[in-house]
Amino acid sequence: MTAPNSTAGIFPLDKPGLLKAYRTMRTIREFEECLHAEFAKGDIPGFVHLYAGEEAAGTGIMMHLEDKDRIASTHRGHGHCIAKGVDTSGMMAEIYGKSSGSCRGKGGSMHIADLSKGMMGANGILGAGAPLVCGAGLAAKFRGDGGVAISFVGDGASNQGTFLESLNLAAVWNLPVIFVVENNGYAESTSRDYAVAVDSFVDRAAGFGLPGVTVDGLDFFAVYEAAGEIIKRAREGGGPALLECKMIRMYGHFEGDQQTYRAKGELDDIRANKDCLKMFTQRVMEAGVISRGELDAIDREVVVEIQDASAFAKAAPLPTAADLTTDVYVNY
Amino acid sequence: MARKISMRQAINEALDQEMARDPSVFVMGEDIVGGAGGMGEIDAWGGVLGVTKGLNAKYPGRLLDTPLSESAYIGAAVGAAACGMRPVAELMFLDFMGVCFDQIFNQAAKFRYMFGGKAETPVVIRAMVGAGFRAAAQHSQMLTPLFVHIPGLKVVCPSNAYDAKGLLIQSIRDNDPVIFCEHKNLYGEETDVPAESYAIPFGEANVVRDGKHATIVTYGMMVHRAMEAAATLAKQGVECEVIDLRTLSPIDWDTVIDSAERTGHVVCVDEAHPRCSIAADVSAMITQECFKALKGPIQMVTAPHTPVPFSPVLEDLYIPSADAIAKAVKKSMAH
Repeated sequence: MTAPNSTAGIFPLDKPGLLKAYRTMRTIREFEECLHAEFAKGDIPGFVHLYAGEEAAGTGIMMHLEDKDRIASTHRGHGHCIAKGVDTSGMMAEIYGKSSGSCRGKGGSMHIADLSKGMMGANGILGAGAPLVCGAGLAAKFRGDGGVAISFVGDGASNQGTFLESLNLAAVWNLPVIFVVENNGYAESTSRDYAVAVDSFVDRAAGFGLPGVTVDGLDFFAVYEAAGEIIKRAREGGGPALLECKMIRMYGHFEGDQQTYRAKGELDDIRANKDCLKMFTQRVMEAGVISRGELDAIDREVVVEIQDASAFAKAAPLPTAADLTTDVYVNY
Repeated sequence: MARKISMRQAINEALDQEMARDPSVFVMGEDIVGGAGGMGEIDAWGGVLGVTKGLNAKYPGRLLDTPLSESAYIGAAVGAAACGMRPVAELMFLDFMGVCFDQIFNQAAKFRYMFGGKAETPVVIRAMVGAGFRAAAQHSQMLTPLFVHIPGLKVVCPSNAYDAKGLLIQSIRDNDPVIFCEHKNLYGEETDVPAESYAIPFGEANVVRDGKHATIVTYGMMVHRAMEAAATLAKQGVECEVIDLRTLSPIDWDTVIDSAERTGHVVCVDEAHPRCSIAADVSAMITQECFKALKGPIQMVTAPHTPVPFSPVLEDLYIPSADAIAKAVKKSMAH
């Protein structure tokens, strides 16, 4: 059964928008759960940091962006990539180190990028994306194309000098840049409360002359509305802002992390009560604007997409010895 | 039409001509306008040594004074380059790269490779290098080897005004990140420089003096010391070939190897410290490529393995001298 189309007065998005948001979040979750299972089999080389549990934040923000808008991501970048429109098959092949990967197998999970989609790369250096988006914002300002640039950092990387310097630079140059702090409570294993002295990241923004807002990052709609406001303001020349999303990490820092730093029962509580995808589903179904059947149909399509991506990645060719020394310079 | 201008003027002219040619070129750095105060327009300084003076009035809005935040603004230059702009960021003193090295070697240098050949990062980072300015240990280093070591970076170090102009124009047009090293003691040196725009290709060394008895391979300020040494030795009947590398990455191995094969005696001169230096790099390559042509052991003349001292008497001892270069040539030829 198809639910009625009108969302007016209930949600800030129309029904196609809600379905798109759900599909994006569901795709991220399926992608990460697939990697979780495949990593356990031992077939994936290197480190993998999963975005599962954080989907509402990345999706709520990216719903406002176009290809001309740039983002710089973190080591936990799969969700940002998917929400920014990077192809899941290319991503999966990249994570397997295959030559059909987004970066021809030379970047891996921590360096997936697609500049044509405005995705300036996941980044293995924490806080390094903040200066880069200042440059992206500066480029947009020079061109006058109305583009914005968004830097994602975790609560941990918010302590980096690069991040703090960038807050100031963006403020003094009045750049169309948004700094998103994805506060999932842990920098690897070290808790946010141990490593960050201020109670709110908004206070940090204020210290640099930026407006800031804290939202429940598990609530897609809260993120969507707050991000929409500050992104619109930045596009119109109103300058940078900081958005803190309070969220949770459904898995460990990396796959294989035993998570011994968590409180007893913490993960069970997350699964039962703090799953942003379940919260979204409940909201739209209770409002009667989207039916279970419509969501199930998306689920089925997403499962097929990720299965196909996984099969593509496994079957994809490996790089050859000749690939080792290419792509270092444009010309040399 | 060529006229005699200083390296300072030549660099200014290169920036001027490239900004006029390409609207995506802009310049950023600490005090590059300078003295703007609250007014934001007057270039009281035009860079700490006046290299960018006058450009602000000509290209309003395209010279950006930055806060003292090297990580943020070098990173911003890198980010803008990855988004299609052609920023020229001035780091003032190359010694300051310690503050922002991540943005240079982990970000700019690696984008193209990490992203599978799909990124271009046409950023130029200009900075002053070298000793002799009584600026002590944190404003005087020749850190070129650190950058040459990093795949993805190009490294340029001109020895004169003509090369500075042509190499900087090439650096701005180049689609890879370039570290452009300006020896602070050469800013006032004048040579004939064409008024029109020209680019000098990377990876082409300049043989600044022909000679058949020995080869001196060097770059930057040391080219002048090598030429002094060569003049002295010529009076004693020893003819030295002096090679100015001009670009250290890429490097013109062909010219170096060809000269070494002809003379059989090689002295590598570097203002950097001896270990893992350009001199050591060139020595190793010559040994590998033309060992049989060598008639004596390759000599290295470098700064000592110490920080740059402040006291003028010590700093003068620190910098490789023409006398030391001449002695090294004789030492090789004694074999």
